[in-house]
Amino acid sequence: MSQFAKSFLPSTRGEWSSRATFVGVAILFLFVFPAWLSDSRLDLMSSYVAYAIVALGIAIAWGNGGMLVLGQGLFFGLGAYCVAMYLALVEVGGAPNLPQFMTLLGSQETLPALWKPFNNLWFALSAAVIVPVALAATLGTLIFRSRIRGPYFAILTQALAGAFGILLIGNITLINGTNGITTSFSEIFGLKLAEPEDQKVLYTICVIALGVAFLLSRQMLKSRYGRLLLAVRDAEDRVRFLGYSATKIKVIAFATSAGLAGVAGALFVLVGPKIISPASVGIIPSITMVVWVAVGGRASLAGAIAGAILVNTAEFEISSAAPEYWLYFQGALFIGVVAFAPQGLAGAATWLKSKITSRGDSGATSTAKPVEEAA
Amino acid sequence: MEAILNQLFAGVSYGSILLLIALGLTFTFGQMGVINMAHGEFIMFGAYTTYVLQEVLGKDQITYAFLLSLPIALVVAGAMGLLLEITLIKRLYGRPLDTLLVTWGVALVLQQLARDIFGANNVEVVSPSWLDGGITIAGVDMAYNRLFIIGLSLAITAAAWVVVGKLKQGRRMRAVMQNRQLAGASGINTPSVDRRTFFLGSGLAGVAGVAITQLGSVGPNLGTNYIIDAFLVVIVGGLGHLRGAVIAALSLGILNSLAEYWSSASLGKVIVFLAIVVFLQFRPEGIVASESRGLA
Repeated sequence: MSQFAKSFLPSTRGEWSSRATFVGVAILFLFVFPAWLSDSRLDLMSSYVAYAIVALGIAIAWGNGGMLVLGQGLFFGLGAYCVAMYLALVEVGGAPNLPQFMTLLGSQETLPALWKPFNNLWFALSAAVIVPVALAATLGTLIFRSRIRGPYFAILTQALAGAFGILLIGNITLINGTNGITTSFSEIFGLKLAEPEDQKVLYTICVIALGVAFLLSRQMLKSRYGRLLLAVRDAEDRVRFLGYSATKIKVIAFATSAGLAGVAGALFVLVGPKIISPASVGIIPSITMVVWVAVGGRASLAGAIAGAILVNTAEFEISSAAPEYWLYFQGALFIGVVAFAPQGLAGAATWLKSKITSRGDSGATSTAKPVEEAA
Repeated sequence: MEAILNQLFAGVSYGSILLLIALGLTFTFGQMGVINMAHGEFIMFGAYTTYVLQEVLGKDQITYAFLLSLPIALVVAGAMGLLLEITLIKRLYGRPLDTLLVTWGVALVLQQLARDIFGANNVEVVSPSWLDGGITIAGVDMAYNRLFIIGLSLAITAAAWVVVGKLKQGRRMRAVMQNRQLAGASGINTPSVDRRTFFLGSGLAGVAGVAITQLGSVGPNLGTNYIIDAFLVVIVGGLGHLRGAVIAALSLGILNSLAEYWSSASLGKVIVFLAIVVFLQFRPEGIVASESRGLA
């Protein structure tokens, strides 16, 4: 066997078991869930899968880069609105027809210039990723260059998400303000969003996107760049003194997390509730996204996915049974996990593993306790 | 011109509310590095304190209820802050990002608590009759309630300046802020100073809440509307500096109302945010920077 082919084969026992887990989870999501869950549940699960992609980005920026991103709703929203605008145009037969809400409001005579390029599917899809990445790269460069970090950075991202939410709410004639854009009656690639059979295909697309995003993120963190990112998290100044550009390293992680959020937003409008509105992009949704990752284990990619799916499932179950208790539960979850179990589910899994195999074969260095630099 | 002057007054009035809120944050953030997201909910409970006092004392005692609620809200919010410090925040020193998330969780619980106790609908606080109406100077309409808030915020800033600059307690606070280890080694009981600072900082949020009742109705989400802007004041002003907080609060208040006047309410927030990011390019440590040998 050639050296190249060998490099794809796992070399250690830990590698084998993590690959087996990956295949197992993939089978669970691709074959067991579609057979087991009802159509509406599966559709909801698709949106949780999209959320899990946002969680991956937060795990990269926060768990591995030490940048608490409290404004992911902004990037998620940008991705979502880009695709939703395309879908809203398809629904009415494409430009120059006006999207339904504009006709109802009677606010516009002709299609606004902002909407015109979104008549093209490929433009909309690429904008859903490029716009968040470009915005995050620009803002990140400005912020990290002036060495704003820690809580300052967190508050700035939060203020950004807040401003974006207010901007959306204020623009009624352009993007329908608080009501947002509904996409249920549209279609993409010939797939009708309201059709249960097509929803299954969209679900599979979401799962595959999550799988690809997971593998790419894992590769990114295992690379030389990933080691540098961890080093920046734990001792930024030391990295800088060694001659690396800490700004560049952080901007890449921040932009990656924004890109993942954009992809997630683009998928989100295709599935689940099939609506994007300011209610899912502002300050509160943004911080909720961080809860998922905190529950899963901030530095662990697999943990972030598990956290996103479990917390959202719990939210659905609890708030349909007793809506008034969900906020208490969420608050308690937040306090309990962050204050008393900062390693989250991933930490619990590592602990269990070390209990079962007392041989000390734990190759999980990535879940090492993050050391925050005091601001 | 008159329109601009009116906007300036609105800006100063908003700025003085931000200042009231940010004063407490400057103490806790500056001294302990604690980002207290539940600060907004202390404001909210301060506002509800006014409401409860009015309900208890009855309609003919509005003035007493309002004036009495200033010290009582200070104690109520302060006690809540103290409780939070003792139970949770104490464990999280040196983990500022985790504190932020934990206190956000506390904020969620407190909001739901307020919803369960007082109902999800907003409640009305009646203004004392001497705060109704206003005067017009040089074409600027100045409502008495807004003038009162500006005065209150001036008085409290002056009091805070005396406490921090002149009193023993303030000297200890500054010592801990500048160098915690050295202060501890010099015989200052730092945990006790922390608790007092937290009590004071949270208590000021309660007082801000009382002031805010004069501007509109009181609801469970009252605090969230102000907290982010207040944090921006702290960031722009520089850590733990009264002078920075005053300048930043007024500038942000005025910038806010002018930006909203020239564009729209929704675009205004974005403009303010961009202005802050640009400002931080030139002065990353805020208006008043601490002299420090640290690397931050």
